[in-house]
Amino acid sequence: MSAPTDQIPSLPKSSPFQSFLRNQLRNIAPVFTLLALVFFFSVASTSFFTMVNFMNILSQISITAIIAVGLTYVILTSEIDLSVAAVANAVGITVAYFTLQPDYVNIANLPMPGIIAIVLTLLSALAFGLITAFGVTWIGIPSFIMTLAIMQIANGVSALLVRGQIAYSYPSLITMLGSGSIFGIRWTIIVAILFLLVGHLILRYTRFGRYIYMTGGNREAAEYSGVNVKFIIGSVMVISAMCSGIAGMLAVAYFGSAQQNQFDSYLLDAIAAVVVGGTSLFGGRGGIGNTIIGLLVLGVLNNGLDHIQIDSFLKILIRGIILLTALIINVYAQKLKESE
Amino acid sequence: MMDQPNSGGGLPPLLQLTNVSKSFGGIAALKDVDFTLHAGEIHGLVGENGAGKSTTMKIIAGVYSDYEGEMRVDGKPVHFRSARDALAAGIGMVHQELSTIPDLTVAENVFLGHQPLTKLGTIDWSQINREATRLISSLGLDIDPKTLMGSLPVGLQQLVELSRVLFSGAKTIILDEPTSALSPPEVKRLFDVLRKIKAEGRGIIFISHFLDDVLEISDTVTVFRNGKKVATESAASLTKDAVISHMIGRGSIGMHMGESAELISDDTRPIVLAAEAIGDGKTLHNISLNLRAGEITGVYGFMGCGQVELARALFGKIKLKRGHFILNGAQRNFQSTSAARKVGIAFVPENRRMMLFRTEPVYKNVSIAILGRIHRLLLKPGQERKIAATRAGDLQIRPPNPNMALGSLSGGNQQKVALAKWLTHLPKVLILSEPTRGMDVGAKEDVIRIVKDLRDKGVAILVLSTEPETILTLANRVTVLRKGMVAKEFNSGILFKADLLAAA
Repeated sequence: MSAPTDQIPSLPKSSPFQSFLRNQLRNIAPVFTLLALVFFFSVASTSFFTMVNFMNILSQISITAIIAVGLTYVILTSEIDLSVAAVANAVGITVAYFTLQPDYVNIANLPMPGIIAIVLTLLSALAFGLITAFGVTWIGIPSFIMTLAIMQIANGVSALLVRGQIAYSYPSLITMLGSGSIFGIRWTIIVAILFLLVGHLILRYTRFGRYIYMTGGNREAAEYSGVNVKFIIGSVMVISAMCSGIAGMLAVAYFGSAQQNQFDSYLLDAIAAVVVGGTSLFGGRGGIGNTIIGLLVLGVLNNGLDHIQIDSFLKILIRGIILLTALIINVYAQKLKESE
Repeated sequence: MMDQPNSGGGLPPLLQLTNVSKSFGGIAALKDVDFTLHAGEIHGLVGENGAGKSTTMKIIAGVYSDYEGEMRVDGKPVHFRSARDALAAGIGMVHQELSTIPDLTVAENVFLGHQPLTKLGTIDWSQINREATRLISSLGLDIDPKTLMGSLPVGLQQLVELSRVLFSGAKTIILDEPTSALSPPEVKRLFDVLRKIKAEGRGIIFISHFLDDVLEISDTVTVFRNGKKVATESAASLTKDAVISHMIGRGSIGMHMGESAELISDDTRPIVLAAEAIGDGKTLHNISLNLRAGEITGVYGFMGCGQVELARALFGKIKLKRGHFILNGAQRNFQSTSAARKVGIAFVPENRRMMLFRTEPVYKNVSIAILGRIHRLLLKPGQERKIAATRAGDLQIRPPNPNMALGSLSGGNQQKVALAKWLTHLPKVLILSEPTRGMDVGAKEDVIRIVKDLRDKGVAILVLSTEPETILTLANRVTVLRKGMVAKEFNSGILFKADLLAAA
């Protein structure tokens, strides 16, 4: 490795280019996928490659993006959070529960002034996160199972609060951020960009972010270096629940209604965005940059399939195949890296 | 009759090695070893770490197939290609790390892999339980075959594993460090069982560091040193001292580097960290230890003596059930490794992988333990690189490039990086587990120099090792551990390697 490589450029074993490819496969593959998809849909449909549609795509992925920020943190520590969509749903319904609903909505709710409703709702998201963190770090339940239980509990909370009804009113701030625009740009897009940006800065430029990468890279080594691994893992679970909660609040305003099961596709989309983007399922590699690419790949795919003549039932299958391909590349990239 | 088994014409020996040699990458690990095991014999095998015991056993058990020389089983030449071959030829092994499955019953463990079936092709449970009961009681044990393996004490689990090897039809049984985790009554029970097995005409190879145990149970004892067999004598004619002098070389006591050392300790130096009667409820029992500023305390013991656990207890990784620590005069217990780090305790574990991030650059490996001191809010990678470069210079890490992925450094340099992460802000206490194991001579000397330098700067250092040389080279005081307890302490005077071996 230490030999000067420019002296012997013809060695096929590890030329600088191959070594670069090997290191960057997890970053390159998603970008190429994105470019290929954009190219394909631009050629296949005249309505795809337009500014209006571009803003559409951003708007469509904005809610997923907020969830995916928290999930990126979780996956970087090599844990998983399967409760994100259910928590988003429960928290979205909670904010409606604390808001005065129109007469025709038959829900026994608890109306509060807007700001108090929002604070209480944020506390409910925090509570979900803290319970998950407690179960995973203190009790020692694997996050896969723990968040499955939280998923069910959050679904239960949703069910109890709306009892099969649909709520339509939210605090004015939530209505504005969820469904309003400024200078023609939807607030959800701005909020999502803000989350991605702050999420990225924390991961790359703070000690906490470094500890997340190190914990995911080698948990034992982090612990033997005096990193409080339990605190780090507990924190990312709380961050994930808060991101999901905020996404859920904005989403009910974005959808225009709060009801049970309206987030069903968001769990898979958020996980897919993180993984398709190239963040390692084994932790320690990747980041928000990868997640942004992953979000765009999914966004372009979902949107583009609407622009071409295709069986709408086939779309589900295509998304599954894209996800499987991303998983294969993800694991393969990890093996390449380890075999170095 | 027992002492000189089968020297007459009768049966050929169970196992015979003639001129067996084995090398790894050009370095000889075994040289012209002869070894004979007779039916009805317990043959003790002793030697220091790396003397060739395990290599010999791995050849016998079929793990290594590329060796020179001849092996005969029951007088017939054999050359095993795999452990399966060895098993088929009647050679079974019980490893120090038991391979039983705790969540299965005793009977299921005994028949693991070859359960008898009924005519319908389902497992014949009644036969399994009946046979297991018979097998276990034939060893003079009283264990219900339906109890879960995990609920038995280690000593009984080991005997169940032994009965599994017996059931598989093994005539030659290799026991690797069978007594290292056993209490005295458990050792006695094991020996009773071994005598029964011997009386059935099987042969036992008994590998152990515990010389008292070896001399008590064996008929014959073979000593290895530096890949050669140096002696095979009847146990009755041997003493512990005689065995030790075979192990480390006759007449060489005190002659070579690392064979002896003068302990220079100073009781006026302040005690930085003291352990008072600590225990973890499992491995460690009633251990007391004082670490003084500017001194290196060596902890010596055989593998499994509790060193690994002791180091982790001191660093807050293993929680204490009994006793407590006293840090600078105040009683403390650490709830986490980060709590231990914050009060100035540093730890380098025995295995590099445990504390290094292979795919990350060197500078991130160095800075991980001191990030809190480098910056308040934002990371300063430039400064991290600068610190790492300085450390790389101090410790002569090659190549001295802080941006290189750690995994591309050599083993010795990786070990230095593991040390480097604690050296920017000197810890009060530095715990080093096996600091020089597996290193080449040059890297070893570098590490020894670094550790001594830190001692001279006033750090209280604890060095834990299974290698007497490491302890003798570094220590100002020595504590010898044996089965999780303090066996002996040496604070002054000339300490010989033989003293360490005899005490452990």
